[in-house]
Amino acid sequence: MRKTSWETLTTKYPALFSTTLLIVALLINLYLQPNMFARETLNSNMRVFLPLVLLAVGQAFVILGGGIDISVGGIVSIVNTILAVYVGLNGSIEKMWIYMIVSLFVGALCGAINGFFIAILRLQPIITTYATSFLYVGLALFILPNPGGGIPQSIAEFYRTTTPLGIPLAFYIIAILLVIWRYIRSTQFGSYLYAVGGKAEAAYETAVPVTWIHFSTYVISGLMSAMAGIAITMLSGSGNAEIGSPMTLSAITAVVIGGTALSGGVGGVTGPIMGALTLGIIQNIISFSHINTWWETFVKATIIVIALAAPGLINLFGRRKS
Amino acid sequence: MKRFYISPPVAALILAVVLFLLSGLLPNGFGKDIHVAFAQATNIVRLSVFLGVIAAGQTLVILSGYEGIDLSAGSIVTLTAILTYVTVNGRDDKVLSAFLISLIVGAIIGLLNGLGITFLKISPFVMTLGMSGVVTGLIIIINHGNVSGKVAPIMTRLIARPLTPKIPIPNAIIIWVIFGILMWLLLERTAFGKHIFAIGVNRITSRLSGVNVTAVNLAVYSLAGALAGFGGFLVVGNTGVVFIALGQPFLFPSIAAVAVGGTLLSGGKGSYWGTMAGAIVLTLITSLLTTMQIPDSIRRMVLGATLLVMISIYGRQRGFRQ
Repeated sequence: MRKTSWETLTTKYPALFSTTLLIVALLINLYLQPNMFARETLNSNMRVFLPLVLLAVGQAFVILGGGIDISVGGIVSIVNTILAVYVGLNGSIEKMWIYMIVSLFVGALCGAINGFFIAILRLQPIITTYATSFLYVGLALFILPNPGGGIPQSIAEFYRTTTPLGIPLAFYIIAILLVIWRYIRSTQFGSYLYAVGGKAEAAYETAVPVTWIHFSTYVISGLMSAMAGIAITMLSGSGNAEIGSPMTLSAITAVVIGGTALSGGVGGVTGPIMGALTLGIIQNIISFSHINTWWETFVKATIIVIALAAPGLINLFGRRKS
Repeated sequence: MKRFYISPPVAALILAVVLFLLSGLLPNGFGKDIHVAFAQATNIVRLSVFLGVIAAGQTLVILSGYEGIDLSAGSIVTLTAILTYVTVNGRDDKVLSAFLISLIVGAIIGLLNGLGITFLKISPFVMTLGMSGVVTGLIIIINHGNVSGKVAPIMTRLIARPLTPKIPIPNAIIIWVIFGILMWLLLERTAFGKHIFAIGVNRITSRLSGVNVTAVNLAVYSLAGALAGFGGFLVVGNTGVVFIALGQPFLFPSIAAVAVGGTLLSGGKGSYWGTMAGAIVLTLITSLLTTMQIPDSIRRMVLGATLLVMISIYGRQRGFRQ
């Protein structure tokens, strides 16, 4: 009889653990907040989770390709300040569209800068994106030195309250992301991505365009960061150059909780989306369970560490038994 | 053809000297006054000590390879600084116990990191990131808004003041020089040091040649934690005040100092001399930008750009074609 250990299960279904985690978190949240699935509550939760989901998807591409991008928060900040300063509280819808497109270009450009240094000049990803994050946050502070500005109230309201067919807008966006991911996965680019993340040297030997795959993952990450920036600007309605910085590490945590290994080549985009949702729900649980404010950070961090340690613990004890 | 080659620590040091000499030409620089220049140089080296000691643990962890990194260093610094502050409470006789507490608390946190990384197979980046959150949570619980404590006079005497009034070199620098020699002895003249390099290059061959990879790895992370703890002790001895965000600003500069000093972020190659030079370069650039009274936004961009240039010079990984 073939032995089915937890390890083989998780290799076969990388999203198994993240799904379990998401369901457990959902159940706890449901217990604490019984009206969670009411349209209003669901929508108000999802619109808060969406920016991190977008960021985690971009990060997932980079990590799958064997890199890491810690400049994403900086890109979010740039986009936020661009929209807050150039659209303004009294801007028109057309202006908003123009600057949203500008933002996407800026995001892609920032990603291309990362990609240039990492893929073409072959610098180490962590330290390079750390350096560029200074450039990006600096630029955001240059555009908007003090928090202020914003986008028109009507546009922010549109993001906050749109629920086509009674389903929050965020679900449509996540569905579109998943469809696109399914398509990408089936293309040559998709298989190259896994090959490069698994072992770049071997991929190079077999004529995979390693440099361009690496480069493109950073551009994708830049684009997704710009989208996250647009989403968070619509959520907050105002500008703040420091808005993105705390999101970087959350995005990486979301990817890892989602079962995508930091060493690259294992995982996908579905897991990180669930990871981002799980992080959001954990935050929800903490605010609803009325923990002493002083303990909040500790409890949240401990839950995350336990979530990260759980697969390893299961493996460890599984091995002892057999 | 023999390529012209300067070792990274020397290159970083030359860069520091050139930058320092150029800074003399600034409007509010030291000009032609040799005494002012000397005082300024000493001051910059004194400020580098703290970054340098914190980056020592980072050097060990990065040398041990396999994506080794310690993102909990910043929060360990804050924690041990607060513990020192509270334990000492202005009394000279408590300094030794505070010092030991700092080392032990740091080592325990480091050991937990090491256990998670070696036994639960969590990637170092995520494990130490999670631990950083837990420690920050602990700090908030201990701190409860504000702590009452005081630095003992003997700490200020031993860290911030010069040994004798005749030689205007602060003790911190002397401590750092001795510390540097000890680190060199540890890395180059002990079996443990050789083992760190060995497991950084290849863990399988190290294990086959009789290195206890697990034990070395655990020891490296514990030692890194203890060194960060020592860093916290020094920092509070110098500043005399504690606050929640005390250590975090040291975290990424400590990684950058290692990278600028020519230690490969992929492990197995590097030195503590390089990290010392890297710490001086980074502190110099930061303080230059501060004294030039440039707005924060431009300061960050210049820092990011300088980092990019420095790692572009010698941080490049091997190309695929070679």
